[in-house]
Amino acid sequence: MAKTFDQYFEDLRGTRVWRSIFRSGAGSSTLHRALAIQQNVFLHLFSTKVRTRMLSFSGTWYLGTLTLGTFLILVATGIPLMLYYHPSAPQAYADTKDLQFVVSSGLFLRNLHRWSAHAMVFLVFAHMFKVFYRGAYRTPREFNWVIGVVLLLMTLLLSYTGYLLPWDQLAYWAITVGSNIASAVPVMGDKIHFLLLGGHAVNANALLRFYVLHCMILPLTAMFFVAIHFWRIRKDGGLYSHASEPATLRANASAVATTAKEAQ
Amino acid sequence: MADSKDFTAGIDSNAKKSPRRIVFITRRTSAQVKTADEEQVQSFPEVLFRAVVAIQVLAIALVWIALVFNAPLEGLADPSHTPNPAKAPWYFLGLQEMLHYFPPVVAGVLAPGLVVMALVVIPYFKVNIEAEGLFLKDRLRRLRVFYFVAIALSLFLLFFKVYAALVPTLIMAAVMLLAAQSSPQSPSAFRRYLAARPLSYWVMTWFLFELVVLTAIGTFFRGPGWSWVWPWQGS
Repeated sequence: MAKTFDQYFEDLRGTRVWRSIFRSGAGSSTLHRALAIQQNVFLHLFSTKVRTRMLSFSGTWYLGTLTLGTFLILVATGIPLMLYYHPSAPQAYADTKDLQFVVSSGLFLRNLHRWSAHAMVFLVFAHMFKVFYRGAYRTPREFNWVIGVVLLLMTLLLSYTGYLLPWDQLAYWAITVGSNIASAVPVMGDKIHFLLLGGHAVNANALLRFYVLHCMILPLTAMFFVAIHFWRIRKDGGLYSHASEPATLRANASAVATTAKEAQ
Repeated sequence: MADSKDFTAGIDSNAKKSPRRIVFITRRTSAQVKTADEEQVQSFPEVLFRAVVAIQVLAIALVWIALVFNAPLEGLADPSHTPNPAKAPWYFLGLQEMLHYFPPVVAGVLAPGLVVMALVVIPYFKVNIEAEGLFLKDRLRRLRVFYFVAIALSLFLLFFKVYAALVPTLIMAAVMLLAAQSSPQSPSAFRRYLAARPLSYWVMTWFLFELVVLTAIGTFFRGPGWSWVWPWQGS
């Protein structure tokens, strides 16, 4: 009798090699499903169970998940883009041109990276407003909201630093306009402007600085905060659902008590 | 005066000085409120599967966009040739629009700094946690404060000729006035909705409105010298 795909998969999960990699082991009991989350270094950030009502699309619009999706796409496309790119002026522009016309699928890679970046900025804003209008910043989720604001700034900085890298007119002048705002900071404005650009105007030093920020410092910092952001969802009692909050339950209970008292 | 106790027993009406906790347990309610357990699903595989599908759909959409639309690439960066207008990335165009009206220290430093500060402190204000309808309690005083803030803000924007920000402000003020005239018992569902909106809702919605309008103006309606152009006029 032929085995089904599921049975092959179950056999695979039972092998010594699989079990040495994934600690949860074979089986599809509730315990094994819980272990699959709990025993995985990445997934253990999340809770093993989720309220059924939180799976509804209208609750979250999956905006947080989609933001993570854009981030993953940006990492996946960004790393190959780094292989074809030299952060030096004017070589950076020539490399970008090569991506357009010489490198196989280079144009697609760059397009996907660029549009995903725009999508991420948009989704982060949408996620923030959605969380706000649901009131999901309420106790005990205050600090996760603050981390979210940090991640918003991270996203803007990531997008902004990436904007310079093609080293074309669009990039150069957008960064010139943006970085001039830094000069407006009282007292230290010019110092901050100089620190950001490595000079008094956007030049080769600025390109290198933005490249290091864009490819190293900001993604790693963002990942660090994203990890805390996810972990706090679990620690703060899962996704926010107004009807399931302790405060709402207490209010309902006291309303029931009042009604009972009046009935007496 | 023989025994000197280091404490005195008594009843004090000042609750701050001598707090007391009194628990009333009525016959019909237990001290511990036990509610029905909510239905839950295992994260693996149900939630994980949905997340993967959501990300897949997003990836397909973005791949499709990337295949159809090319990312912009202009000529080599040239410090001696300034394009007119020189625009920041779209998400900063609201800010750049403000820079058109106010000095850089106000529009570029003060305003965004205050916005970030305001976002951070949202969950730490009790008024935002309770989130009761803005005009439901203490109506007259709150209306006076509302009038003062709305008129002061509008005059400020009018003084600097920031019509782009003034129009959304006036529209929001009109909707808030409608909310002030609405009650939770109103037959209209929309009026009931308005009446229940808290302060943070109004501030945030005003901010979102301004953000969208200013970004849209900066993106589509600004041409050479940051002058007003219609999108169909071209450049």
